[in-house]
Amino acid sequence: MKILPKKSNGSESSASQKHRLAVSRLETLVPILLIALATIVIMISIGLVLSLIFNTYRFFSLVSLLEFFTSKEWTPLFATPRYGVYPLVVGTILVVAGALTIAVPIGLVTAIFLSEYAPSWLAKTLKPILEILSGIPTIVYGFFAIRVITPFIQALIPETQFYNAASASIAMGFMIVPIVTSLSQDALTSVPEQLRTGGYALGLTKWEVTKGIVFPSARSGVSAAIILAVSRAIGETMIVAIAAGSQPSASWNPFESVMTLTGYIALVSQSDAPEGTTAYYALYAVGLLLFLITLTLNLIGRRFIRRKTGNVNV
Amino acid sequence: MYSKRSRQRIIVNNMVSVIMFVLSMSSIVILAVIIGSIFSQGLSRVTWDFLTGFPSRKPDESGILPALVGSLIVVGGALLMALPIGLATAFYLQEFAHKRVFVETIQTLIYNLAGVPSIVYGIFGSAFFVATLKVIFENLHMTITTGRVLLAGILTMSILILPIIVVTTQEAIKTVPRNLKEASYALGASRVQTTGKITARFAFPNILTGLILSIARILGETAPLLLVGAAGFITFLPTNLFGSFTVLPVQIYSWIMRPQEAFQTTAAAGIIVLLLTQLLLSGIAIILRAVLQKRRY
Repeated sequence: MKILPKKSNGSESSASQKHRLAVSRLETLVPILLIALATIVIMISIGLVLSLIFNTYRFFSLVSLLEFFTSKEWTPLFATPRYGVYPLVVGTILVVAGALTIAVPIGLVTAIFLSEYAPSWLAKTLKPILEILSGIPTIVYGFFAIRVITPFIQALIPETQFYNAASASIAMGFMIVPIVTSLSQDALTSVPEQLRTGGYALGLTKWEVTKGIVFPSARSGVSAAIILAVSRAIGETMIVAIAAGSQPSASWNPFESVMTLTGYIALVSQSDAPEGTTAYYALYAVGLLLFLITLTLNLIGRRFIRRKTGNVNV
Repeated sequence: MYSKRSRQRIIVNNMVSVIMFVLSMSSIVILAVIIGSIFSQGLSRVTWDFLTGFPSRKPDESGILPALVGSLIVVGGALLMALPIGLATAFYLQEFAHKRVFVETIQTLIYNLAGVPSIVYGIFGSAFFVATLKVIFENLHMTITTGRVLLAGILTMSILILPIIVVTTQEAIKTVPRNLKEASYALGASRVQTTGKITARFAFPNILTGLILSIARILGETAPLLLVGAAGFITFLPTNLFGSFTVLPVQIYSWIMRPQEAFQTTAAAGIIVLLLTQLLLSGIAIILRAVLQKRRY
């Protein structure tokens, strides 16, 4: 739609002519302005990826790719530094797996309960509580881990180290419950009502309908919820920086101190490792690895969801 | 009446219902325990002196004012930077774009940016903003020797919230009824006029949702600001954008990492201030949204 300025034919006042001219100018200027601002998003994305790649390239001119992927030691600040990312990956997997064993049962059951069982008043109370949980800053979960969960674990299992993977796992599990719940619930509620009524017509109980009909129909959405929760957990920094310690030991024992990918980045950012050292550039290599892992998970998760969603927690 | 098999199925069904109910209540319990433990540890330390004091080596004399002011400046600054870009992108994508390739590119980038871990934004901030600012300061022969300044923090956070603002604004624009726009066109209004006077106005309360989420997000983020240099011991208030700075979560983090037990109480008090600030700022925006939504019709 375009309003072109008309040639004055004498009957039109010059004021209205000016107005028309202004409108037509706006009509061309505004889209140009918007497009210019929208281009910034593209530039930021390119800049983000390039800055990671560029600095990682510098790191790999100092340390070989083979060392990074095959060495089993991560000791950048030692006299004889080793740069094997393996212990960090083990630490990350350990903490995230622990978080999932907490978040998946609680999150899924809550989602099923909210979509299939809960009376509406109860659902209306539970929803905001989950939203509050997802809005709590992660530093708070970190504090909770080290002040409440760690002493609790130590009381149960005395040989637990003060900094340990289990404590971080539990706090992280609590943190991602809302993500699992909210996305799974979306998937469950979008199952057509006829499928449920069909099940009841065959004489099934509520649980049989849920287990045998609703849940299988929502499987792809539920998978997406778990994948996206994993992605979020892998990228979480403060909980592990506070509670998991900084021991890149490649140990699978959850009651020992571990270091995750994000944990190393947080550690180096505060340590005295000066910019320009290899230990500092290692931060970018770890960051790029983290970026690629979460990006892959997000792409897979989004493919599972299939439909467009406005959920920004994704 | 019922066969043995039917009775079994009914019993299983009822048991599952009970288990579901109990497990679903766990999120309430978790929230209560977290909030309860923090308030019981820190509430006694939240005093006027704490709110208006400066950090100290003595835990009992530590205050939180520089962090509180720093957080508010970062929230304001980041919104100021991100809102124009985010709103423009959303309106462009929903209302003006006609090149499909371009739209799909931006849309994909936005969705992927939304999933990037916040610490990666911090890495980008330190590699790009901090480094660039340092070069600028050196070339201008300023006395500042580092790029790890307040402005770097603001810029980093503005990029972090950009995808949130774009996605929520897009959703808000989608709620505008089609017939309202068509009526506007029928009256001879142009596309820019319709967007400005009809679409934007109708969508405005819902656009505020993005603002609410962004404020909460900025206030709660620790990791990216650690990377761009927010420090744990700042004993002055920021006077311009080119000085060292701290924010609430970073200040709390530095207290948590202190070995002295008394600093843990200070940290808990800091968390209470952080949560209340979040509640207050989001609360204002939520009330504003409710008022505007009522007035819309």
